[in-house]
Amino acid sequence: MSATDSTEPNRRDFLYVATGVAGAVGAAGVAWPFIDQMRPDASTRALASVQVDVSGVEPGMSLTVKWRGKPVFVRNRTEAEIEAARQTPLDDLKDPVARNANIAGDAPATDIARSAGEGRENWLIMVGVCTHLGCVPLGQAGDFGGWFCPCHGSHYDTAGRIRKGPAPENLPVPTLAFISDTMIEIG
Amino acid sequence: MKLLLQGFAALGLGLAIVATADAAEYPIKKPVEQDWSFEGPFGTYDIGQLQRGFKVYREVCSSCHSLDLVAFRNLEDLGYSEEQVRAIAAEYEVEDGPDEAGDMFMRTATPSDYFPAPFANPQQAAASNNGAVPPDFSLIAKARAVERGFPTFVFDIFTQYAEGGVDYIYALLTGYDEDPHGHEVPEGTYYNPYFISAASLAMAPPLSDGMVTYDDGAPETVDQYARDVSAFLMWAAEPHMVERKATGFTVMVFLLLFGGLVYLTKRKIWADVAH
Amino acid sequence: MSGGHSTYKPQSGLGRWVDARLPLPRLIYDSFVAYPVPRNLNYAYTFGGILTIMLVAQILTGVVLAMHYAANTEIAFLSVEKIMRDVNSGWLLRYLHANGASMFFVAVYIHIFRGLYYGSYKAPRELLWILGCIIYLLMMATAFMGYVLPWGQMSFWGATVITSFFTAIPLVGTWIQELLLGGFAVDNPTLNRFFSLHYLLPFMIAGVVVLHVWALHVTGQSNPTGIEVKSKTDTVRFTPYATVKDGFAMVLFLILFAYFVFYIPNFLGHADNYIEADPLKTPAHIVPEWYFLPFYAILRAITFNIGPIDSKLGGVLAMFGAIAVLFVVPWLDTSKVRSAVYRPWYKLFFWLFVVDSIFLGWLGSRPAEGVYVAMAQGATLYYFAFFVAIMPVLGLIETPRRLPNSITEAVLERNKGGAASTTQPAE
Repeated sequence: MSATDSTEPNRRDFLYVATGVAGAVGAAGVAWPFIDQMRPDASTRALASVQVDVSGVEPGMSLTVKWRGKPVFVRNRTEAEIEAARQTPLDDLKDPVARNANIAGDAPATDIARSAGEGRENWLIMVGVCTHLGCVPLGQAGDFGGWFCPCHGSHYDTAGRIRKGPAPENLPVPTLAFISDTMIEIG
Repeated sequence: MKLLLQGFAALGLGLAIVATADAAEYPIKKPVEQDWSFEGPFGTYDIGQLQRGFKVYREVCSSCHSLDLVAFRNLEDLGYSEEQVRAIAAEYEVEDGPDEAGDMFMRTATPSDYFPAPFANPQQAAASNNGAVPPDFSLIAKARAVERGFPTFVFDIFTQYAEGGVDYIYALLTGYDEDPHGHEVPEGTYYNPYFISAASLAMAPPLSDGMVTYDDGAPETVDQYARDVSAFLMWAAEPHMVERKATGFTVMVFLLLFGGLVYLTKRKIWADVAH
Repeated sequence: MSGGHSTYKPQSGLGRWVDARLPLPRLIYDSFVAYPVPRNLNYAYTFGGILTIMLVAQILTGVVLAMHYAANTEIAFLSVEKIMRDVNSGWLLRYLHANGASMFFVAVYIHIFRGLYYGSYKAPRELLWILGCIIYLLMMATAFMGYVLPWGQMSFWGATVITSFFTAIPLVGTWIQELLLGGFAVDNPTLNRFFSLHYLLPFMIAGVVVLHVWALHVTGQSNPTGIEVKSKTDTVRFTPYATVKDGFAMVLFLILFAYFVFYIPNFLGHADNYIEADPLKTPAHIVPEWYFLPFYAILRAITFNIGPIDSKLGGVLAMFGAIAVLFVVPWLDTSKVRSAVYRPWYKLFFWLFVVDSIFLGWLGSRPAEGVYVAMAQGATLYYFAFFVAIMPVLGLIETPRRLPNSITEAVLERNKGGAASTTQPAE
């Protein structure tokens, strides 16, 4: 062990501690693969994006697609819906953050920030999983004409923002890109 | 997925065996051990070689042999960037669907897709190949082993010989020959003394000098093609090999140190007890 | 479990509180801390602990592999390859499990041979030995069914051959085989039930291990001299003495295990199992996993009819008999002396038996033809003769060497250097 001359009990203690620590390190190293294997595997992670053809979705129509095992709502909003969302003061919002993966994380939840952006305000694309406990909300329902989650009574408005009920956050907008005017890539 | 499964059924049927005889006699010649960059405890894949081997697979083998378990995204292991992988995948078409009308359709492949098989099902593969189904290549480098015999198999433990599959593939690809005994081989088959289950096989010599263009200056010979494609198939069969050996080194160092500590502890504890 | 007087004294108030309600700490203390073990145990006696670790390792890796494995003939092979390629650390877990099975058998064979060498099965340890034999049987069943799960060619044809053993039974054989398979051939129902049982049996093994350890702690451990413990000086406390020695042996064993897992993970497997099962095509050579090879050789050695028993039934009976004979070993050995250390002739025949078993294993991997058959028949003959002829007769006619009066005396004698070889284990 150490080259310095030390008394017998000290040397022995050091040996025991070193052995014990090495054993603990080994046990932790062995534990890692057992935890690691639970994470999403390589094939799951690779299925990160889907392409959606929205050419047939007229204003007032919606489409639900599956992305990463979850429903994604794609809605072509009517003028009335957009207007209703625009008129809502930000102070009335339960969650003032846009929750849009395509813009800054702290951007305010204005209608434009929730939609697919300038010139595409009519498109609202978001993960259709209630931010409360994971149920799928019903479309064009609830007190605000947006979405309503029947599990525990959360109401979302026409921009998918939480307005009433136990859910804490707005429905999240996933990473997306318009490949063409009628083709959206999600993820 | 369905294609994948069918490919596997093809693999089962497809050992390309044409002659029936006492199996104990084959292969007539045992493969010669080659040098591989990935052999031994510190072995790693030669990226350049894998890329060349992949080229040989794509331009030669893939017209008959599927690679069902390898996805385009796996090619990043071969040193290709995400963009390059996307471009390679885009050269292939895969079946998808059903669409809104309930029909299957073809679309451009993406990195998460698997290599499409050259034949729709084993029956089609057999019909196109003189009755012999070309085996899938995903695991071929681990699914072929010529018996090493006693005592070589004992030495193999210490030399860590685990390249039986690639040595076999290399030997087979370079081993086509005239039958020295002048025996008649069954029609439509080719004599190869290294073939594992008969004197001849249904596959014609697949490689010839200069048939694949290399852009890194490696020799464009049958020998080099065979070597490269064998290495590529080893990677396809065991993509985590380098990671495995590297982890193994850490584990071994740890166990030796820990073993030393435990031994010293044991000596200390037993020091005053005669036993 | 020790049955002796407990010396456990809880130090804290909480300790006393628990002790009065559920004396689990007392049980652990008495069984694995204060428990006295003979001071002369050598490294051959460390394999019990190694086997415990291997059982735990197999259960842990098995449980996580089951999170990714799918027991369906359509996708079983694919799901195993997904574990190897896509699951994080999946290749490591699967190689650990596959090679762990082999290492488990390496350890159990050393453990069994150690028992045979030192006469550990003799009174009063007959039940301890029989429980061990039951564990061994359960291990074989578990290993066999586990090998079917990857659904490779060897999986399929191994399952076909082994379940066909039962067709050798007159009248009801085919009925039993169909009962086991859930069909007329190995297929999806077979794979599903094998997976279910492969998951169940290790826990049954763990249960029998508890009984095995209980029985061990009632009689106390045997030791290389074969002389029972007579006084306190013959023993040391389990902790730290036995624990640290077992611990060192475990690390050495883990080095062997890791060597296979990381450097030659497929050495003990068979290449054909990387080809998906095909019910229409049998591989050229079907061989079981290495740990079954001696029994496989015995099975194939019976190529002749024995009276009314045809060769097929004879082979199956011989193979099962080779395992069954282990159960009655305590009553086949007639010697008054326990340990081979003091039995020069038994020692010779024992080592011949070890060589014979390895030889049978090698023969099991050879094709069953020509000279190999004759050699397998000779080796089978010795295998059975060792148990049913040599063991009973030798005990009556052999003159043992002088036994020391106690373990302590043997140890002191050896440490003087005079009779160094007498208690040296033959490892």
